[in-house]
Amino acid sequence: MNPIIEVTGLWTRFGDHIVHQDLNLTVMPGEVVSLVGGSGSGKTTLMRQILGLEQPTRGTVKVFGIPLHGSNARMVQKIRKRWGVLFQQGALYSALSVFDNIALPLRELRAFDEDFVHDMVMLKLDMVDIERRHALKMPADLSGGMIKRIALARALVLEPELVFLDEPTAGLDPDRSESFVKLIRSLRRKLKLTVVMVTHDLDTLVSLADKIAVLAEQKLIVYGTLKEAIAVEHPFILNFFLGERGLRALSAVGASVKLLSDKN
Amino acid sequence: MQAASAQAVLDPEVTEGRTGDGAPAVTLAGAWDIRALEARARMLTARLRLLSTESGRHWDLSRIQRLDHIGALLIWRAWGKRRPGRLALAPEHEVFFSNLDSTADAASVAPFDPLGPVRGLGARMLHTREHLLGMAELIGQILIDSLSLMRRPLRGPWREISASVFRVGTQALGITALVGFLIGVVLSYLSAEQLKAFGANIFIINLLGMGIIRELGPVIAAVLVAGRSGSAITAQLGVMRVTEELDALSVMGIPHTVRLILPKIVALAIAMPLLILWTSGIALIGGAIAASTQLGISVNSFMSGLPAAVPTVNLWLAMGKGIVFGALIALVACHFGLRVQPNTESLGIGTTNSVVTSITAVIIADAIFAVIFSDVGISLS
Repeated sequence: MNPIIEVTGLWTRFGDHIVHQDLNLTVMPGEVVSLVGGSGSGKTTLMRQILGLEQPTRGTVKVFGIPLHGSNARMVQKIRKRWGVLFQQGALYSALSVFDNIALPLRELRAFDEDFVHDMVMLKLDMVDIERRHALKMPADLSGGMIKRIALARALVLEPELVFLDEPTAGLDPDRSESFVKLIRSLRRKLKLTVVMVTHDLDTLVSLADKIAVLAEQKLIVYGTLKEAIAVEHPFILNFFLGERGLRALSAVGASVKLLSDKN
Repeated sequence: MQAASAQAVLDPEVTEGRTGDGAPAVTLAGAWDIRALEARARMLTARLRLLSTESGRHWDLSRIQRLDHIGALLIWRAWGKRRPGRLALAPEHEVFFSNLDSTADAASVAPFDPLGPVRGLGARMLHTREHLLGMAELIGQILIDSLSLMRRPLRGPWREISASVFRVGTQALGITALVGFLIGVVLSYLSAEQLKAFGANIFIINLLGMGIIRELGPVIAAVLVAGRSGSAITAQLGVMRVTEELDALSVMGIPHTVRLILPKIVALAIAMPLLILWTSGIALIGGAIAASTQLGISVNSFMSGLPAAVPTVNLWLAMGKGIVFGALIALVACHFGLRVQPNTESLGIGTTNSVVTSITAVIIADAIFAVIFSDVGISLS
């Protein structure tokens, strides 16, 4: 099977400050990979580079086997139709209603008539559990949780194979964030998505991710399952997973006892 | 599993045939996902519609290799939004259709409102009223704030005021000079032709002097400042609303009228008269240069003739206009800035409205000045 994302020999430098140093990352189809790291470790930069929003100083980023930087615009455009992105704040277009926000990518294709677009938008609203009466509201009138759901519907409207989630549960209360995680999990199973996410929330991480990529010291120090990640002796990992907060989150999913006993 | 790029793009296929018992059948095969359908959605929709008109047809979807919601919706819509009686479907594709069945009773988009235009008109009237009330409220608040400021003048926002004077005044010197100069030249050229015909060359001094100092200088400077600083003030306050900075000020107990609005009004009321003097002066220089080439009146004699042609009171009148115009522009800009809703569209509308309203307000105020002071400084004694 060919990898969906292939990052090789990636360097990022802002002035004298080196963010990534010879970083490699491979994501296979169907995987859910979570990028983890302290603030300033370059998680968001890496994600923006994979999305083609920023250019790395050196190295290649291939998505669906196509190099993102240096390919012609038509090839990159093709990639862009095959992925969906959920931005941290949702990034709904504030001038458009919920309906038009979700319909926009479909209408841009100019392949389907307005009735079809309507049915598709309604279907996506159902998928993310948003009632249809909200379809005509403007983004400014919605709560944070609804904005996230609608942004997810917009990200999924072109049936992407690859989905990026930037802090999917940041700014949601625990209840909402749990239901959002459940939603993503069920959609992922149903639609067989490959997911790359950036998150600080351990609960989200533990319950969604198959693989964890820990960014520290300008590179990936670990890339593997939660168990493999915890087994590594590194101050960041000790702090993040085995600090007080981390243990609480792990014990909530019943993972910590087993993992810790394995470790000792 | 939908996999990476190496996989060849399959075409969606439709074949007609007959089942074992001789009933009409349709077999769909290949890829029925967005990538494959994008280019031929319309054609396939028409084809499937036609096929589904015949009832009792057997639909075999089990040979579809790739399916997604787009493909499922396309097929389902061709069926008339319900499943046909005889259907073969691969179990892993069931999920795409089960979602559709639950959405069969599609709620429609906004119902048509026959009273819409009437409602719209009413809403606009109420909106205007709201604007006037809001403006009155703002003026009242500023008056109260300035009274309390007078009691404790040391606590005034003096730094903000001086920064604003620099931004709206000093930085506007270039553009106002350029426009003023060109207006002076154009006006001088135009009038020179007419005056020459009557042999009244010397009156160019009266014409330009009165016209520019009394009317054109103030209005041109005000229109430029409204476009330049009015829009900036509205946008700044609007963005502060969007980013919740205004709320942050409120919760710290810092009234934004004192910190943000009063400095802008005071600054514009100070800078505007000075800008008007500057614009008028440059416009007169432009006019004098054009007059010397067209009518042979030297720049020197133009300038020395000015005091006799234009009574000094006109300068004071222009300064007075400047104070009023400046305060008006700042007031309108702040009013619209504070009313921006936290979204990008509202910011654009607010800025446009602010500039249009402040220019209109300046011209109305100028007309009122013209009527009130119609017999001041015009007749030469």
